[in-house]
Amino acid sequence: MRAAGAAGVPSPTVLHVLGPEDGLGSGFIMDRVSGETIPRKILRDEALATVRPLLARQAGEILARIHAIPTSALPDLPLSSARRELGELQDTYRQDGQPRPVFEFAFRWLEDRAPADPINPCLVHGDFRNGNLIIGPDGIRAVLDWELATFGDPMRDLGWICTPSWRFGAMDKPVGGFGTRGDLMAGYEAGGGAPVSLEALTYWEVFGSLRWGVYCLKMLARSSTSDRPLERLMIARRVSETEIDLLQFIAPRDT
Amino acid sequence: MQDLPHPAQLVAGVADFLKREILPLTEGARSFHLRVALSALDLVRRQLSLGAESDTAEAQRLEMLLGRQGSLEDLNRALCDLIASGEFTLATPGLKDHLWATTMTKLAVDQPSYASYRRELEQEAGP
Repeated sequence: MRAAGAAGVPSPTVLHVLGPEDGLGSGFIMDRVSGETIPRKILRDEALATVRPLLARQAGEILARIHAIPTSALPDLPLSSARRELGELQDTYRQDGQPRPVFEFAFRWLEDRAPADPINPCLVHGDFRNGNLIIGPDGIRAVLDWELATFGDPMRDLGWICTPSWRFGAMDKPVGGFGTRGDLMAGYEAGGGAPVSLEALTYWEVFGSLRWGVYCLKMLARSSTSDRPLERLMIARRVSETEIDLLQFIAPRDT
Repeated sequence: MQDLPHPAQLVAGVADFLKREILPLTEGARSFHLRVALSALDLVRRQLSLGAESDTAEAQRLEMLLGRQGSLEDLNRALCDLIASGEFTLATPGLKDHLWATTMTKLAVDQPSYASYRRELEQEAGP
Protein backbone atom coordinates (compact mmCIF):
# COMPACT_ATOMS: atom_id res chain seq x y z
CA MET A 1 0.00 0.00 0.00
CA ARG A 2 2.92 2.33 0.76
CA ALA A 3 4.58 1.48 -2.56
CA ALA A 4 1.29 2.08 -4.38
CA GLY A 5 0.85 5.42 -2.63
CA ALA A 6 4.37 6.43 -3.66
CA ALA A 7 3.51 5.54 -7.27
CA GLY A 8 0.50 7.88 -7.27
CA VAL A 9 -2.18 5.28 -6.57
CA PRO A 10 -4.81 6.84 -4.25
CA SER A 11 -4.00 5.13 -0.93
CA PRO A 12 -4.51 5.70 2.77
CA THR A 13 -1.32 6.73 4.59
CA VAL A 14 0.07 3.76 6.49
CA LEU A 15 0.88 5.15 9.94
CA HIS A 16 2.27 2.08 11.63
CA VAL A 17 2.96 -1.54 10.75
CA LEU A 18 2.45 -3.84 13.73
CA GLY A 19 5.53 -5.66 14.96
CA PRO A 20 6.05 -8.44 17.54
CA GLU A 21 6.58 -5.74 20.23
CA ASP A 22 2.99 -4.55 19.74
CA GLY A 23 1.56 -7.92 20.77
CA LEU A 24 -1.44 -7.58 18.44
CA GLY A 25 -0.54 -10.06 15.71
CA SER A 26 0.03 -8.92 12.14
CA GLY A 27 -1.59 -5.84 10.69
CA PHE A 28 -1.17 -2.12 10.22
CA ILE A 29 -2.76 1.17 11.21
CA MET A 30 -3.81 3.55 8.46
CA ASP A 31 -5.24 7.03 8.19
CA ARG A 32 -8.98 7.48 7.91
CA VAL A 33 -10.18 8.24 4.38
CA SER A 34 -13.75 9.53 4.17
CA GLY A 35 -16.01 8.39 1.36
CA GLU A 36 -18.26 5.54 0.33
CA THR A 37 -17.34 1.86 -0.15
CA ILE A 38 -20.79 0.23 -0.20
CA PRO A 39 -21.35 -0.66 -3.88
CA ARG A 40 -25.10 -0.04 -4.04
CA LYS A 41 -24.66 3.41 -2.46
CA ILE A 42 -21.87 4.19 -4.92
CA LEU A 43 -24.27 3.36 -7.76
CA ARG A 44 -27.20 5.37 -6.35
CA ASP A 45 -25.97 8.18 -4.09
CA GLU A 46 -27.03 11.58 -5.46
CA ALA A 47 -23.80 13.19 -4.19
CA LEU A 48 -21.81 10.88 -6.51
CA ALA A 49 -24.00 11.43 -9.60
CA THR A 50 -21.54 13.82 -11.26
CA VAL A 51 -18.45 11.72 -10.68
CA ARG A 52 -20.01 8.31 -11.45
CA PRO A 53 -19.54 8.53 -15.24
CA LEU A 54 -15.85 9.32 -14.70
CA LEU A 55 -15.03 6.37 -12.42
CA ALA A 56 -14.38 3.73 -15.10
CA ARG A 57 -11.72 5.87 -16.77
CA GLN A 58 -10.17 6.69 -13.38
CA ALA A 59 -10.09 3.00 -12.50
CA GLY A 60 -8.20 2.37 -15.76
CA GLU A 61 -5.66 5.11 -15.01
CA ILE A 62 -5.10 3.80 -11.47
CA LEU A 63 -4.63 0.22 -12.69
CA ALA A 64 -2.04 1.44 -15.21
CA ARG A 65 -0.11 3.04 -12.33
CA ILE A 66 -0.36 -0.11 -10.19
CA HIS A 67 0.88 -2.31 -13.04
CA ALA A 68 3.83 0.03 -13.72
CA ILE A 69 5.28 -0.16 -10.19
CA PRO A 70 8.73 -1.76 -10.54
CA THR A 71 8.54 -5.24 -9.02
CA SER A 72 12.04 -4.74 -7.57
CA ALA A 73 10.55 -2.09 -5.25
CA LEU A 74 8.04 -4.56 -3.81
CA PRO A 75 8.01 -7.33 -1.22
CA ASP A 76 8.24 -10.90 -2.48
CA LEU A 77 4.71 -11.78 -3.68
CA PRO A 78 3.44 -15.11 -5.01
CA LEU A 79 3.43 -15.58 -8.81
CA SER A 80 -0.09 -16.05 -10.23
CA SER A 81 -0.87 -18.01 -13.37
CA ALA A 82 -4.22 -18.64 -15.08
CA ARG A 83 -3.52 -22.36 -15.58
CA ARG A 84 -2.30 -22.98 -12.07
CA GLU A 85 -5.21 -21.13 -10.51
CA LEU A 86 -7.69 -23.02 -12.70
CA GLY A 87 -6.20 -26.20 -11.28
CA GLU A 88 -6.68 -24.90 -7.74
CA LEU A 89 -10.27 -23.83 -8.45
CA GLN A 90 -10.96 -27.25 -9.93
CA ASP A 91 -9.59 -28.95 -6.79
CA THR A 92 -11.94 -26.89 -4.62
CA TYR A 93 -14.86 -27.71 -6.92
CA ARG A 94 -14.09 -31.46 -6.81
CA GLN A 95 -13.76 -31.39 -3.02
CA ASP A 96 -17.22 -29.85 -2.76
CA GLY A 97 -18.49 -32.89 -4.64
CA GLN A 98 -21.74 -31.53 -6.13
CA PRO A 99 -21.82 -32.08 -9.90
CA ARG A 100 -22.12 -28.79 -11.82
CA PRO A 101 -22.30 -29.17 -15.61
CA VAL A 102 -21.98 -25.40 -16.22
CA PHE A 103 -18.73 -25.28 -14.23
CA GLU A 104 -17.41 -28.25 -16.26
CA PHE A 105 -17.93 -26.25 -19.45
CA ALA A 106 -16.42 -23.13 -17.90
CA PHE A 107 -13.28 -25.02 -16.85
CA ARG A 108 -12.84 -26.42 -20.37
CA TRP A 109 -13.52 -23.04 -21.98
CA LEU A 110 -10.97 -21.30 -19.75
CA GLU A 111 -8.34 -24.04 -20.08
CA ASP A 112 -8.62 -24.04 -23.88
CA ARG A 113 -8.07 -20.28 -24.00
CA ALA A 114 -5.67 -19.79 -21.08
CA PRO A 115 -3.12 -17.08 -21.89
CA ALA A 116 0.58 -17.87 -21.66
CA ASP A 117 2.12 -16.65 -18.41
CA PRO A 118 3.43 -13.10 -18.94
CA ILE A 119 7.14 -12.84 -19.65
CA ASN A 120 7.38 -9.85 -17.30
CA PRO A 121 4.76 -10.43 -14.61
CA CYS A 122 3.71 -7.19 -12.95
CA LEU A 123 2.08 -6.25 -9.64
CA VAL A 124 -1.56 -7.39 -9.77
CA HIS A 125 -3.90 -6.08 -7.06
CA GLY A 126 -6.02 -9.25 -7.21
CA ASP A 127 -9.26 -7.82 -5.77
CA PHE A 128 -9.69 -4.47 -7.55
CA ARG A 129 -13.47 -4.05 -7.73
CA ASN A 130 -16.44 -1.97 -6.66
CA GLY A 131 -16.50 -2.57 -2.91
CA ASN A 132 -12.76 -2.27 -2.36
CA LEU A 133 -12.52 1.38 -3.47
CA ILE A 134 -13.31 4.45 -1.36
CA ILE A 135 -15.19 6.90 -3.54
CA GLY A 136 -16.06 10.53 -2.86
CA PRO A 137 -17.60 13.32 -4.95
CA ASP A 138 -14.12 13.92 -6.45
CA GLY A 139 -13.66 10.29 -7.54
CA ILE A 140 -11.62 7.31 -6.33
CA ARG A 141 -9.94 8.32 -3.07
CA ALA A 142 -8.33 5.06 -2.02
CA VAL A 143 -7.64 1.52 -3.20
CA LEU A 144 -8.03 -0.98 -0.34
CA ASP A 145 -7.64 -4.71 0.36
CA TRP A 146 -4.28 -5.63 -1.11
CA GLU A 147 -4.07 -9.03 0.57
CA LEU A 148 -4.65 -10.95 -2.70
CA ALA A 149 -1.83 -9.12 -4.53
CA THR A 150 0.44 -11.24 -6.73
CA PHE A 151 2.87 -10.87 -9.61
CA GLY A 152 1.02 -11.89 -12.75
CA ASP A 153 -1.03 -10.92 -15.78
CA PRO A 154 -2.22 -7.29 -15.63
CA MET A 155 -5.38 -8.12 -17.62
CA ARG A 156 -6.58 -10.08 -14.63
CA ASP A 157 -7.29 -6.84 -12.68
CA LEU A 158 -9.14 -5.26 -15.63
CA GLY A 159 -11.33 -8.34 -16.07
CA TRP A 160 -12.09 -8.66 -12.35
CA ILE A 161 -13.63 -5.18 -12.01
CA CYS A 162 -15.85 -6.03 -15.04
CA THR A 163 -17.00 -9.42 -13.68
CA PRO A 164 -20.85 -9.46 -13.61
CA SER A 165 -20.91 -10.30 -9.87
CA TRP A 166 -19.51 -6.79 -9.16
CA ARG A 167 -22.06 -4.85 -11.23
CA PHE A 168 -24.66 -4.88 -8.43
CA GLY A 169 -27.65 -4.96 -10.72
CA ALA A 170 -26.34 -2.52 -13.35
CA MET A 171 -25.54 -5.18 -15.97
CA ASP A 172 -25.38 -2.63 -18.80
CA LYS A 173 -22.41 -0.93 -17.11
CA PRO A 174 -19.77 -3.65 -17.01
CA VAL A 175 -17.16 -1.73 -15.00
CA GLY A 176 -18.35 -2.07 -11.40
CA GLY A 177 -21.91 -1.13 -12.44
CA PHE A 178 -20.75 2.46 -13.09
CA GLY A 179 -19.03 2.55 -16.50
CA THR A 180 -18.13 1.09 -19.86
CA ARG A 181 -15.29 -1.19 -20.92
CA GLY A 182 -14.32 1.50 -23.47
CA ASP A 183 -13.76 4.10 -20.73
CA LEU A 184 -11.77 1.62 -18.60
CA MET A 185 -9.56 0.70 -21.58
CA ALA A 186 -9.08 4.33 -22.62
CA GLY A 187 -8.10 5.31 -19.06
CA TYR A 188 -5.69 2.38 -18.86
CA GLU A 189 -3.97 3.30 -22.09
CA ALA A 190 -3.92 7.04 -21.26
CA GLY A 191 -2.29 6.14 -17.91
CA GLY A 192 0.55 4.37 -19.76
CA GLY A 193 -0.85 0.83 -19.75
CA ALA A 194 -0.36 -1.50 -22.73
CA PRO A 195 -3.22 -1.66 -25.25
CA VAL A 196 -6.06 -3.89 -24.02
CA SER A 197 -7.77 -6.44 -26.26
CA LEU A 198 -11.46 -7.09 -25.72
CA GLU A 199 -10.70 -10.81 -26.05
CA ALA A 200 -8.27 -10.76 -23.11
CA LEU A 201 -10.68 -8.65 -21.06
CA THR A 202 -13.52 -11.12 -21.71
CA TYR A 203 -11.29 -14.07 -20.81
CA TRP A 204 -10.63 -12.59 -17.37
CA GLU A 205 -14.31 -11.69 -16.88
CA VAL A 206 -15.25 -15.33 -17.44
CA PHE A 207 -12.37 -16.36 -15.19
CA GLY A 208 -13.66 -13.89 -12.57
CA SER A 209 -17.18 -15.36 -12.68
CA LEU A 210 -15.84 -18.87 -12.14
CA ARG A 211 -13.43 -17.67 -9.44
CA TRP A 212 -16.27 -15.99 -7.50
CA GLY A 213 -18.53 -19.01 -8.08
CA VAL A 214 -15.97 -21.38 -6.58
CA TYR A 215 -15.47 -18.97 -3.69
CA CYS A 216 -19.24 -19.04 -2.97
CA LEU A 217 -19.12 -22.84 -3.17
CA LYS A 218 -16.37 -22.94 -0.55
CA MET A 219 -18.71 -21.18 1.89
CA LEU A 220 -20.73 -24.39 2.25
CA ALA A 221 -17.79 -26.35 3.67
CA ARG A 222 -16.67 -23.35 5.71
CA SER A 223 -20.09 -22.72 7.27
CA SER A 224 -19.55 -25.38 9.94
CA THR A 225 -16.58 -23.46 11.37
CA SER A 226 -18.42 -20.14 11.55
CA ASP A 227 -20.32 -18.79 14.54
CA ARG A 228 -22.76 -17.35 11.99
CA PRO A 229 -23.17 -20.27 9.59
CA LEU A 230 -26.36 -18.93 7.97
CA GLU A 231 -24.57 -16.10 6.16
CA ARG A 232 -22.12 -18.55 4.60
CA LEU A 233 -24.87 -21.01 3.72
CA MET A 234 -26.74 -18.24 1.92
CA ILE A 235 -23.58 -17.20 0.03
CA ALA A 236 -23.28 -20.82 -1.13
CA ARG A 237 -26.72 -20.41 -2.73
CA ARG A 238 -25.29 -17.64 -4.91
CA VAL A 239 -23.26 -20.05 -7.03
CA SER A 240 -26.17 -20.17 -9.47
CA GLU A 241 -25.71 -16.42 -10.11
CA THR A 242 -22.28 -17.17 -11.52
CA GLU A 243 -23.67 -20.11 -13.50
CA ILE A 244 -26.11 -17.89 -15.40
CA ASP A 245 -23.33 -15.35 -16.03
CA LEU A 246 -21.00 -18.10 -17.26
CA LEU A 247 -23.71 -19.40 -19.60
CA GLN A 248 -24.25 -15.90 -20.98
CA PHE A 249 -20.55 -15.74 -21.82
CA ILE A 250 -19.91 -19.22 -23.18
CA ALA A 251 -23.33 -20.39 -24.42
CA PRO A 252 -25.54 -17.34 -25.09
CA ARG A 253 -29.09 -18.31 -26.00
CA ASP A 254 -29.50 -16.07 -29.04
CA THR A 255 -26.84 -17.80 -31.15
CA MET B 1 -50.43 -37.61 2.01
CA GLN B 2 -49.99 -34.99 4.71
CA ASP B 3 -52.67 -32.49 5.60
CA LEU B 4 -52.71 -28.89 4.54
CA PRO B 5 -51.33 -26.30 5.08
CA HIS B 6 -48.40 -27.00 2.79
CA PRO B 7 -44.95 -26.44 4.40
CA ALA B 8 -44.45 -23.48 2.02
CA GLN B 9 -47.46 -21.77 3.60
CA LEU B 10 -46.13 -22.38 7.12
CA VAL B 11 -42.70 -21.03 6.25
CA ALA B 12 -44.30 -17.98 4.64
CA GLY B 13 -46.30 -17.45 7.84
CA VAL B 14 -43.15 -17.56 10.00
CA ALA B 15 -41.38 -15.11 7.67
CA ASP B 16 -44.35 -12.77 7.75
CA PHE B 17 -44.46 -12.80 11.56
CA LEU B 18 -40.72 -12.08 11.85
CA LYS B 19 -40.86 -9.31 9.28
CA ARG B 20 -43.86 -7.51 10.74
CA GLU B 21 -43.44 -8.00 14.47
CA ILE B 22 -39.76 -8.68 15.20
CA LEU B 23 -37.78 -6.82 12.54
CA PRO B 24 -39.02 -3.37 13.72
CA LEU B 25 -37.66 -4.17 17.23
CA THR B 26 -34.11 -4.83 15.97
CA GLU B 27 -31.34 -2.54 14.85
CA GLY B 28 -27.77 -2.65 13.57
CA ALA B 29 -26.10 -6.03 13.25
CA ARG B 30 -29.08 -7.94 14.67
CA SER B 31 -31.38 -6.35 12.10
CA PHE B 32 -28.94 -7.33 9.33
CA HIS B 33 -28.78 -10.94 10.52
CA LEU B 34 -32.54 -11.14 10.78
CA ARG B 35 -32.77 -9.97 7.17
CA VAL B 36 -30.37 -12.76 6.16
CA ALA B 37 -32.61 -15.22 8.04
CA LEU B 38 -35.69 -13.84 6.28
CA SER B 39 -33.99 -14.28 2.89
CA ALA B 40 -33.25 -17.88 3.83
CA LEU B 41 -36.91 -18.51 4.73
CA ASP B 42 -38.00 -16.98 1.42
CA LEU B 43 -35.60 -19.27 -0.41
CA VAL B 44 -36.94 -22.32 1.44
CA ARG B 45 -40.50 -21.27 0.62
CA ARG B 46 -39.65 -20.97 -3.09
CA GLN B 47 -37.89 -24.33 -3.12
CA LEU B 48 -40.84 -26.02 -1.39
CA SER B 49 -43.17 -24.55 -4.01
CA LEU B 50 -41.04 -25.02 -7.15
CA GLY B 51 -38.44 -27.67 -6.38
CA ALA B 52 -40.32 -30.90 -7.00
CA GLU B 53 -41.62 -29.91 -10.42
CA SER B 54 -38.29 -28.54 -11.64
CA ASP B 55 -36.41 -31.63 -10.38
CA THR B 56 -38.78 -33.90 -12.33
CA ALA B 57 -38.35 -31.85 -15.50
CA GLU B 58 -34.55 -31.81 -15.07
CA ALA B 59 -34.45 -35.59 -14.60
CA GLN B 60 -36.54 -36.10 -17.76
CA ARG B 61 -34.18 -33.93 -19.83
CA LEU B 62 -31.14 -35.73 -18.42
CA GLU B 63 -32.66 -39.14 -19.23
CA MET B 64 -33.21 -37.98 -22.82
CA LEU B 65 -29.67 -36.63 -23.13
CA LEU B 66 -27.96 -39.63 -21.55
CA GLY B 67 -30.31 -42.37 -22.71
CA ARG B 68 -30.56 -43.93 -19.27
CA GLN B 69 -32.24 -43.56 -15.90
CA GLY B 70 -30.85 -42.83 -12.45
CA SER B 71 -31.01 -40.44 -9.52
CA LEU B 72 -30.72 -36.73 -10.31
CA GLU B 73 -27.28 -36.65 -8.75
CA ASP B 74 -26.04 -39.72 -10.68
CA LEU B 75 -27.34 -38.33 -13.95
CA ASN B 76 -25.70 -34.96 -13.31
CA ARG B 77 -22.44 -36.66 -12.43
CA ALA B 78 -22.58 -38.68 -15.66
CA LEU B 79 -23.23 -35.48 -17.62
CA CYS B 80 -20.26 -33.78 -15.94
CA ASP B 81 -17.97 -36.69 -16.90
CA LEU B 82 -19.09 -36.48 -20.54
CA ILE B 83 -18.45 -32.71 -20.61
CA ALA B 84 -15.06 -33.04 -18.90
CA SER B 85 -13.95 -35.75 -21.35
CA GLY B 86 -15.04 -33.64 -24.32
CA GLU B 87 -17.55 -36.23 -25.50
CA PHE B 88 -20.41 -33.78 -24.98
CA THR B 89 -20.02 -30.23 -26.31
CA LEU B 90 -22.28 -27.22 -26.58
CA ALA B 91 -23.17 -28.54 -30.06
CA THR B 92 -24.62 -31.75 -28.55
CA PRO B 93 -28.35 -31.56 -29.42
CA GLY B 94 -30.45 -30.41 -26.49
CA LEU B 95 -27.54 -29.81 -24.14
CA LYS B 96 -27.44 -26.01 -24.27
CA ASP B 97 -31.23 -25.81 -23.79
CA HIS B 98 -30.94 -28.20 -20.85
CA LEU B 99 -28.23 -26.10 -19.15
CA TRP B 100 -30.28 -22.93 -19.59
CA ALA B 101 -33.50 -24.51 -18.33
CA THR B 102 -31.74 -25.98 -15.29
CA THR B 103 -29.94 -22.74 -14.47
CA MET B 104 -33.11 -20.65 -14.82
CA THR B 105 -35.01 -22.89 -12.43
CA LYS B 106 -32.12 -22.71 -9.92
CA LEU B 107 -32.25 -18.92 -9.99
CA ALA B 108 -36.03 -18.91 -9.63
CA VAL B 109 -35.36 -20.46 -6.21
CA ASP B 110 -31.95 -19.02 -5.23
CA GLN B 111 -31.96 -15.38 -6.40
CA PRO B 112 -35.00 -14.36 -8.46
CA SER B 113 -33.98 -10.69 -8.18
CA TYR B 114 -30.50 -11.24 -9.73
CA ALA B 115 -30.18 -8.83 -12.67
CA SER B 116 -28.86 -11.40 -15.20
CA TYR B 117 -31.86 -13.62 -14.42
CA ARG B 118 -34.36 -10.75 -14.75
CA ARG B 119 -32.86 -9.87 -18.13
CA GLU B 120 -33.17 -13.45 -19.40
CA LEU B 121 -36.76 -13.66 -18.16
CA GLU B 122 -37.63 -10.50 -20.05
CA GLN B 123 -36.06 -11.92 -23.21
CA GLU B 124 -38.02 -15.15 -22.76
CA ALA B 125 -41.21 -13.12 -22.52
CA GLY B 126 -40.27 -11.52 -25.85
CA PRO B 127 -41.30 -8.17 -27.30
